[in-house]
Parts: sequence; structure tokens; C-alpha cells
Amino acid sequence: MVASVTSLGRSGLYDWMVQRVSAVILAAYVLFLLGYFVATPDLTYADWSGLFANTCMKIFTIMALVSLSTHAWVGMWTISTDYLKNGVVRFLFQGFCGGVMFVYFVWGVQILWGL
Amino acid sequence: MLVSIYRYNPETDQTPYMQDVQVDIPDGKDLMVLDVLGLMKEQDTSLAYRRSCREGVCGSDGLNMNGKNGLACITPLSAVVKNNKLVLRPLPGLPVIRDLVVDMSMFYKQYEKIKPFLINDKPAPAIERLQTPEDREKLDGLYECILCACCSTACPSFWWNPDKFVGPSGLLQAYRFLADSRDTATDQRLADLDDPFSVFRCRGIMNCVSVCPKGLNPTRAIGHIRNMLLQRAT
Ligand code: SF4
Ligand code: SF4
Repeated sequence: MVASVTSLGRSGLYDWMVQRVSAVILAAYVLFLLGYFVATPDLTYADWSGLFANTCMKIFTIMALVSLSTHAWVGMWTISTDYLKNGVVRFLFQGFCGGVMFVYFVWGVQILWGL
Repeated sequence: MLVSIYRYNPETDQTPYMQDVQVDIPDGKDLMVLDVLGLMKEQDTSLAYRRSCREGVCGSDGLNMNGKNGLACITPLSAVVKNNKLVLRPLPGLPVIRDLVVDMSMFYKQYEKIKPFLINDKPAPAIERLQTPEDREKLDGLYECILCACCSTACPSFWWNPDKFVGPSGLLQAYRFLADSRDTATDQRLADLDDPFSVFRCRGIMNCVSVCPKGLNPTRAIGHIRNMLLQRAT
């Protein structure tokens, strides 16, 4: 067994599942939003904040945010272990990606609750 | 015919280079690439390449011919030559020892890792371990691999992580033992493969399938392993 230093689940199968499940959630979320835009041609602020006031929508959005962060993390981790052969550069790149993902997630949650 | 061939002798050359050689092909004959190498070696005895059985069984003359990996002995010129030109390079991604000869240690190390032998913890029967014809059939398309390395050296995932990704050839063999009804170490074998590199670096590009001179399908075997891992986890 090859030791996995910083992959998400420390198991290739787990990462693989995470990628698939998060992809499905993201696809559903994007399709839902697209459908919403099509169904509501003249969108007002009231419509928009009403949509996100719904608890189901909040949960759906949080799920999409978590999916986005984990999907991006597993993907970027994989890319970095393929192409970045210098340990320090790889560590910095992974740290940067992890940081960005974390900030986006916290930021997203704040926006969601601030609405 | 013009042959552009990769040359490198670490004792005399600073860097590898491509050498253009004009080779006279006898009229009306569709020679194999290995025969062309033979003609070239008659002119220049310093040319180094591997070959043994010259009929696609031993797997020692894997080469990159006009950009595609294959066995020189069973690849006719008519199948690879374009515009009367043939470019010959060693298998990509492995260290070159000399000319077309590559160092296969990394490839063999991955093969060794998957324990390519039958493990059975039950006492050995008096004569032999029997298998039903149906169970035996499951090994078809797996056992025929000749370890020529054409597939693994055509696989980008193997190029980037040859020390961690088992590669198509090794995984085909891993599945050959996972699928064997006489092997009792299935769970241990799967546990050894369940990390982010050994199996899951496969991106399903299928270069391996398109080059295998034996017509085998490592990608399908990798899919079976993934399903077995999934079943084991649920
Ligand atoms: S299918 Fe997988 S093993 Fe085969 S060449 Fe592609 S990445 Fe490599
Ligand atoms: S799977 Fe095919 S290409 Fe790969 S080592 Fe075996 S025989 Fe060669």
C-alpha cells in the first residue's frame, strides 16, 4: 500500500466516491439554479432572498458548497501529485488550494446566513 | 526508406540524438520492424536493442514506432510507416540504458508488488488444485500478458508516478489473481490496492488498450478491481 500523505480520505476508493457523489450534487444544484432562472425571467431581490430563506434551499446550497470544496480539493491534490515533483512547491500549492477552498466555504456560509 | 532512430551510448554521448539512416528494403516484401533493425545492425554493429523469440511471445522488443508502442517483431512496415519514413524510439518514460534498451526495473517492481503468484492457505491436495471450466474461463484475457511494458509505458499516469501507480500491466495481473478461484488472499490483495495511487491513478485514457500487442484490455480489468474494492467497502 502506498502511503497517502494528504489525500482526503486516505483511501483511493473514498476519494473516488467523493468525486462522484460531489459531482452529482453539483450537477443537480447547477441544473436547479438554471431551471430557476429560466422559470423566473424577471427576477427581483424579493424572489431571490425568498428562495434562499427556504431551509431546504439553505441545506442544498451548503451541500453544494461542501461538494465544491471537496471536489476541488481531491482534484487539485491529484493534479499536484501528478505534475509537481518538487516537495516544497507541491506543499505550497496544496496549502494554497486548501486555503482558498476553506475561505470560499466559510465565505459562502456567511453569505448564506447573511441573506 | 528513411529510418530516424534514437541513439544514446552513455560512454561516448553527452546527450541522446536522432540518427537518420537510409535502409534499402527488398522489393515486394513487407518486413517486420525487427527485420529492419537487423538490416541496420549489419551496417552499424554498435546499435543496441533487445529481442529474443522474434514472434511476439517473449515481449522483449517493445519499441515506440512512429509514435506508437508495439512489438517490433510482429509489426509489419505496412502498418506503421508513413511517407516512407519510420521513427524508432525506446519505450517512453523509462530510463534509457543504451539506444533502444530501457531499464525496466520500475516496471518489474510494480509487477512484484501485486504478488504475481497463487496464494492459498489451505493444505495442498494430493495431485493438484482443480478449477471448474467456468472458473478457468475467467482468466482468459488476463493470463496471456507477456509483460512487454508497451501498455504501462504508454500510460500518462504511469509516466508521472511510476513508483506509486501499479500501471495497466501490473493491474491486469493483479486482477488475474483476484479472479482466480484457487486464490484465497483476495481480501489482502484488495487491501493492498486501496490507496489513492495504486489503482485510482487510472484516468481511463485507454492508451493501454490501444497498444497492447496481445489485444488485452487492462482498462476493463482495472474497472473490475474498482468494483471489487467498492463491494468490499459496502
Ligand atoms: S486506461 Fe488507465 S491504465 Fe490504461 S492508459 Fe489509461 S490511465 Fe493508464
Ligand atoms: S497487457 Fe499487453 S501491452 Fe501490457 S504488458 Fe501485457 S501484453 Fe504487454
